Amino acid sequence: METQTIISVKEMYKRFPMGKTEFTALENLNLDFAQGEFTGLIGPSGSGKTTLLNILGSLDVPTLGEATVLGKSIGKLNTHEAAMLRRESLGFIFQSYNLLAVHTVFENVEFPLLLLKIPSQERRKMVQEALEWVGLSDKIRSKPPQLSGGQCQRVAIARAMVKKPKLVLADEPTANLDAANSHHILKTMLTLNQELKTTFIFATHDEKVISYLNRKIYLLDGRVDKDEVVTHNK
Amino acid sequence: MKIALKLAWRNLTGAGLRTWLNVLVLSFSFVVIIWLKGIMTGWDHQAKTDMTQWEIGGGQYWHESYDPYDPFTLAGSHAKLPSQLQNAKKAGDLTGLLLTQGAIFPEGRMMSVVIKGLDPGQSILKLPSRKLDTTASAIPAIIGNMMAKHSKLKAGDYVTLRWRNANGTFDATDVLITDIFSSNVPAVDAGQIYIPLATLQEVMLLPDEISLIVLRDKTDGWNEIPGWNYKSKTELTKQVDEMIKTKSAGQTVLYFILLLLAMLAIFDTQVLSIFRRQKEIGTYVALGYTKQQVVGLFTVEGSMHAVLAALLSAAYGLPFLSWQAKAGWTMPVDTSEFGMAIAQTLYPVYSAGLVIGTVLTVTITTAIVSYLPARKIARMNPTDALRGKLQ
Ligand SMILES: Nc1ncnc2c1ncn2[C@@H]1O[C@H](COP(=O)(O)OP(=O)(O)O)[C@@H](O)[C@H]1O
Ligand SMILES: [Mg+2]
Repeated sequence: METQTIISVKEMYKRFPMGKTEFTALENLNLDFAQGEFTGLIGPSGSGKTTLLNILGSLDVPTLGEATVLGKSIGKLNTHEAAMLRRESLGFIFQSYNLLAVHTVFENVEFPLLLLKIPSQERRKMVQEALEWVGLSDKIRSKPPQLSGGQCQRVAIARAMVKKPKLVLADEPTANLDAANSHHILKTMLTLNQELKTTFIFATHDEKVISYLNRKIYLLDGRVDKDEVVTHNK
Repeated sequence: MKIALKLAWRNLTGAGLRTWLNVLVLSFSFVVIIWLKGIMTGWDHQAKTDMTQWEIGGGQYWHESYDPYDPFTLAGSHAKLPSQLQNAKKAGDLTGLLLTQGAIFPEGRMMSVVIKGLDPGQSILKLPSRKLDTTASAIPAIIGNMMAKHSKLKAGDYVTLRWRNANGTFDATDVLITDIFSSNVPAVDAGQIYIPLATLQEVMLLPDEISLIVLRDKTDGWNEIPGWNYKSKTELTKQVDEMIKTKSAGQTVLYFILLLLAMLAIFDTQVLSIFRRQKEIGTYVALGYTKQQVVGLFTVEGSMHAVLAALLSAAYGLPFLSWQAKAGWTMPVDTSEFGMAIAQTLYPVYSAGLVIGTVLTVTITTAIVSYLPARKIARMNPTDALRGKLQ
């Protein structure tokens, strides 16, 4: 099946200043991602997973080389253009959920739609649909502190997915969850990946996550150690 | 902007107690500033009204050689009521006073005084001149509170009064203090003693002579008269006006201190929340907010405190302020100790300008104070913010 490349990373380096010298967090990366992938960046802590996700998410820029996401060269975007790219096409899922604690589940999921200036009637429908995907329709009025970790992460998934973005970046989404909840949210995301053709890129070292992936990119000290495509039948 | 308002509202109400404490502090400063300014204005009003009612009436004619700052001119400043003013006198629109330098001897001490001859039937000044209209064994005299305190005289006391008559001869007699009045105008009280005009004219050997003429308030059409200097009410109250101007400089300082205290609370909250909410800030940016929009959001959030405070102030401040305007504020200490023109009970006076000005000032200042720390967000690195890395 022919698929479209939506991300292309070429000879990319990321260096952080460290005192008088520099620390190379990512070194000469060359990677392409196709639409609809369910891919994991796998590696031990400090291997550069988050750094790469941040660049793909236009929250950071490469030091050298190029990262093109949905036709936009990340290093060349100004802050406003980067914000627009995130607003329109990207979804983020964080290890610690990053929900707005004083807002209800509905309001949390609604947030990305407010930024897109979607009319209220339509917004309501979209939020309800997203909450159905993650099975939280009954928690619409709850606030995050009243929810379990697994429920919080499902709200975060709904928030990332509600605008049906092309690309979702998930940084260790299961790190704070038990096995049952981890499998639950992974199944949810896999379903959305298959139904909406949303591309998912994970940063993880969790075996449970790895077992769902259809491509595994192993990072070691900022370099690609192994890049394998799997065909499994989960 | 609409999104920012919506989010700010959610964040503020979500923050609960902290928000309401800030709003309460701000609303206190609204009400206190307005009340204090109202009291000050009320005081100024009262000072001017009292001065008119007790001292200057609607203006005065001064004998051409009369100089209130030079008591030695008193001996030579007197004349008969000019003929041009006879009709006004018949209509009761003026009253004449004869002034002279003298002394009283309470408990054997000598106190220098200005003796004022006052018509017992006059109704232009608030002085209780009717108390001079008694037939007693001695000449009736009235003095003010301050004077009574200094001389330790009470109503019913006798005191020796000495003066110099038109020929320059010293003369003395005992006078009976028939009343002690209380006025907020030091000029009519300190160092002044009032006796019946006719009596003073008689003992001074100056029949029908007067030193100054006090005109009834709200009358006009007074012309220059040869031998007399016309002093309009505006001219005579100029000093009070200047005092008010000087005083408002002091009030401004007070105003700023109050404002500063309120702003400290907001500033503190803003700095704290920007520090504590880094992850949230990072999340906003990740979800597609520009940093400017986040700065805007935090500024709106801070400013919203002032709007809520204005509403809260209206809820309890309006009844309080209007009750104060009616009931007045009675000072807990004896104001006659102050040595300045201040009534025991002050009635605050508020203007629309005062209320609107205060609300605007506090709101704008709050917006600025909210914006200043929020600018820091624009310099934040979103990846650092997301990690909650301290800066
Ligand atoms: N802002 C930064 N400044 C300096 N060093 C950083 C910064 N961000 C990440 N690093 C370093 O880069 C390396 C990779 O970090 P990261 O991408 O977070 O790894 P991972 O997510 O795989 O655990 C780590 O050694 C980390 O200390
Ligand atoms: Mg990481």
